[in-house]
Amino acid sequence: MSEDHTYQPSNAFTRWLDERLPIMGIVDHMMGYPTPKNINYWWTFGGILSFCLVAQIVTGVILAMHYTPHVSMAFNSIEHIMRDVNYGHLLRYAHANGASMFFIAVYIHMFRGLYYGSYKAPREVLWILGVVIFLLMMAAGFMGYVLPWGQMSFWGATVITNLFSAIPYVGEAIRELLWGGFSVDNPTLNRFFSLHYLIPFIIAGVVILHIWALHVPGNNNPLGINVKDKQDTVPFHPYMTAKDGFALVLFLILFSYFVFFNPNAMGHPDNYIEANPLVTPAHIVPEWYYLPFYAILRAVPDKLGGVVAMFGAIAVLFVLPWLDTSKVRSARFRPMYRQFFFIFVACCMGLGYLGAMPAEGIYVIASRILTVYYFAHFLIILPVLGMVEKPKPLPESISKAVLDAHGGSASANTAAAPEKR
Amino acid sequence: MTDTTHKTEGRPCIFTRACRVTPFLTALAIAVLGYTFVFAGEAKASGGGVENKSVEWTFDGPFGTFDRSQLKRGYKVYQEVCSACHSMNLVSFRNLSQEGGPEFSEAEVKVIAGEFDIIDPNEFDEVGDPIERAGLPRDRFPAPFSNENAARASNGGALPPDFSVLAKARPDGVNYIYSLLTGYEDAPADVEMNAGMSYNAYFTGHQIGMAAPLSDEIVDYEDGTPMTLDQYSKDVAAFMYWAAEPKMEERKQIGFQVILYLLVLAGLLYMITRKLWAGLH
Amino acid sequence: MAVTDTDEPTRRDFLYIATGSFTAIGGAFLVWPLIDQMNPDASALALASIEVDLSSIEVGQSMTVKWRGKPVFIRRRSAEEIEAARAVPLSDLIDPEARNDNLPEGSPANDQNRAPAGKEEWLIMVGICTHLGCVPKGQGMSDKKGDFGGWFCPCHGSHYDTAGRIRKGPAPQNLEVPVLTFLSDTKIKIG
Repeated sequence: MSEDHTYQPSNAFTRWLDERLPIMGIVDHMMGYPTPKNINYWWTFGGILSFCLVAQIVTGVILAMHYTPHVSMAFNSIEHIMRDVNYGHLLRYAHANGASMFFIAVYIHMFRGLYYGSYKAPREVLWILGVVIFLLMMAAGFMGYVLPWGQMSFWGATVITNLFSAIPYVGEAIRELLWGGFSVDNPTLNRFFSLHYLIPFIIAGVVILHIWALHVPGNNNPLGINVKDKQDTVPFHPYMTAKDGFALVLFLILFSYFVFFNPNAMGHPDNYIEANPLVTPAHIVPEWYYLPFYAILRAVPDKLGGVVAMFGAIAVLFVLPWLDTSKVRSARFRPMYRQFFFIFVACCMGLGYLGAMPAEGIYVIASRILTVYYFAHFLIILPVLGMVEKPKPLPESISKAVLDAHGGSASANTAAAPEKR
Repeated sequence: MTDTTHKTEGRPCIFTRACRVTPFLTALAIAVLGYTFVFAGEAKASGGGVENKSVEWTFDGPFGTFDRSQLKRGYKVYQEVCSACHSMNLVSFRNLSQEGGPEFSEAEVKVIAGEFDIIDPNEFDEVGDPIERAGLPRDRFPAPFSNENAARASNGGALPPDFSVLAKARPDGVNYIYSLLTGYEDAPADVEMNAGMSYNAYFTGHQIGMAAPLSDEIVDYEDGTPMTLDQYSKDVAAFMYWAAEPKMEERKQIGFQVILYLLVLAGLLYMITRKLWAGLH
Repeated sequence: MAVTDTDEPTRRDFLYIATGSFTAIGGAFLVWPLIDQMNPDASALALASIEVDLSSIEVGQSMTVKWRGKPVFIRRRSAEEIEAARAVPLSDLIDPEARNDNLPEGSPANDQNRAPAGKEEWLIMVGICTHLGCVPKGQGMSDKKGDFGGWFCPCHGSHYDTAGRIRKGPAPQNLEVPVLTFLSDTKIKIG
């Protein structure tokens, strides 16, 4: 987008600064960044996610001022925050629920990418960086959940670190390395605290790369066709800042509902019982955002197999850009893919539900079916679809499609638009 | 800009449609409610496998607040009955007078605290022996047993759980506590009870180490409130919910202001967005 | 939204200003909890006053107690120490103010204003050098007490007299006398 980078310093100071640090040029680029004018509200989650990251870092840094990462004090120090620290209860609930909100937003962001084919050329690197962020988020979320040192913290940490013992030959050694001992204990808690503090800053770094990789090819859009000229775009500011701001405030209302009126809805009561290495809770479940992957883990009746399947479920996202053989990006013009997309969403939700259910009877069978479908979607359906599906005709340009729709000639193209009731 | 010609038709253009968020919100709401529903269902189903009795609490809902006199009565029940076995390690006497709680006066809290003997682990006399002194508002409630083994030894091997966050540590905690306290009954004929255990319909496995702790007339109420098992159970459950969530009132009050603020801000941003995008051509 | 094109710019400007200020107000309210969380929390405030039993202190002895994480010097002064302190003319003092939180600001630093009224035997002060926060020597029997027989701060060489007043060295002020109340002849409340 270098051709859009036309920043001219307006006074002596900015000229002086621009020669030394062209930061105003970057700001100028960000403000003027041409955005396809037809992108819809599903695109606002990028901005919402940036907010989530900042909110988590700010509340997290503050909580770290009052938290004590020691097995004998961690649980009580959280309660100290809840009871004694000024506004501590709000900061802690904002951080805990913020993690859930972060994942709600990231899942919507990812499904949007899947629906509109945002992972396809030339945006493969953008997508892969996104998957890296997702992985880092999962690591940060997991380690953060250990810190309150409740029963779920402890047993979640135990179960997840035990996953690594499934690795042949070196598994046991890796597990002891992660623990710093022979079970999850004080060294584990300390290192998890340290890493939990570190990872968000790594995420912030990858986010910068993610945005960089976005600004080179520019945004995808609901039509999935390339931007042709200036007619197709609007400057990011004020059009997108206003729209993103509006969407963010709606998101914040949902966020506030949880923080202020139902702060423990997405947590587990057992985590208000201090960790006890001698007693496992009757029914352990991870945080909701790991449930689909947890279901995949449990679906495979083999220790190593389960771990491989679980990590495979994320790994497959890395190669997604090359598994989808269709030339058309947006599901609007892919009638078959569109249906499979919604089946896939249902499959993921189903896996999430099954992850929360006990691993017995019908639940196990259902998880196996859905696990197979999950992988089939990526490894069989997507490659085959590209070959057998006949896409609908693509509009000439974004402006043309917009004008057609505006003129009231409800074409088949826009009829498929998900935001149209 | 060729598209200006279309403005004359006076129909909403596609860009104002882009401002429509109903489908977007619907999808979001379905996803969130779906998950909440799954967990709520799970929460109700767990515990003793029986659905808890549901009480209408004054602190239910977004505007609910604690009933001060109920919390005071609940404290009395805790102090006279429960505290013989159950600790409440994270609660200090001073909490009893803080805003949003039972709101005893500071003078009352001094008297309450003074009735307890405190051995502060950090205070020693000249020869290094621990000092035993009268409690002060800043002290935490002393535990009835010095450690877990002592607690188990005095309670037939069972460990009476700490009260501080118990109401949050059980699914549907406050209703569960009420149900449990009122859930003692004779064991069905086909259930063989272990020695020293009592039958409770709401306890996991139905065999509980705690004998029915409350019964009618066991605690004196001076305000004319009925002195019944049911009332005691409600009062102490409410008190325990406050002990677990002492900042609930502050949280809800701030939340109300925040949501109001966000609604207005959303309205303003909606108008800006609409105007901007409508004026695009 | 039936608006004509002519009034649109002004309405939009108004909207921008209204939204901008509204957001700024919200931001200001949001920042407060993020700052206030660093203030002393409820458990720290609850420790703000302590009660001390003085009955075990003999004449000429000292005791140090912890109050708000700081040492408080309690000295039961001998008649000679009191006399020595009273003999000092105010003009000899580096800091002529009493620095006694129980008295109005600006009270002169005579010995009567340093010790509790009617309990001149007792000298109770925060044991923090007013220079850079070290704890002066002088509480222990064998401690160096400085050139004026009171306290001596080893960090940068400040000398305090038997009324805890700075007499020599870099410290700018007399040792602070905290708010105190005699609950009985042998019991005080600090804070």
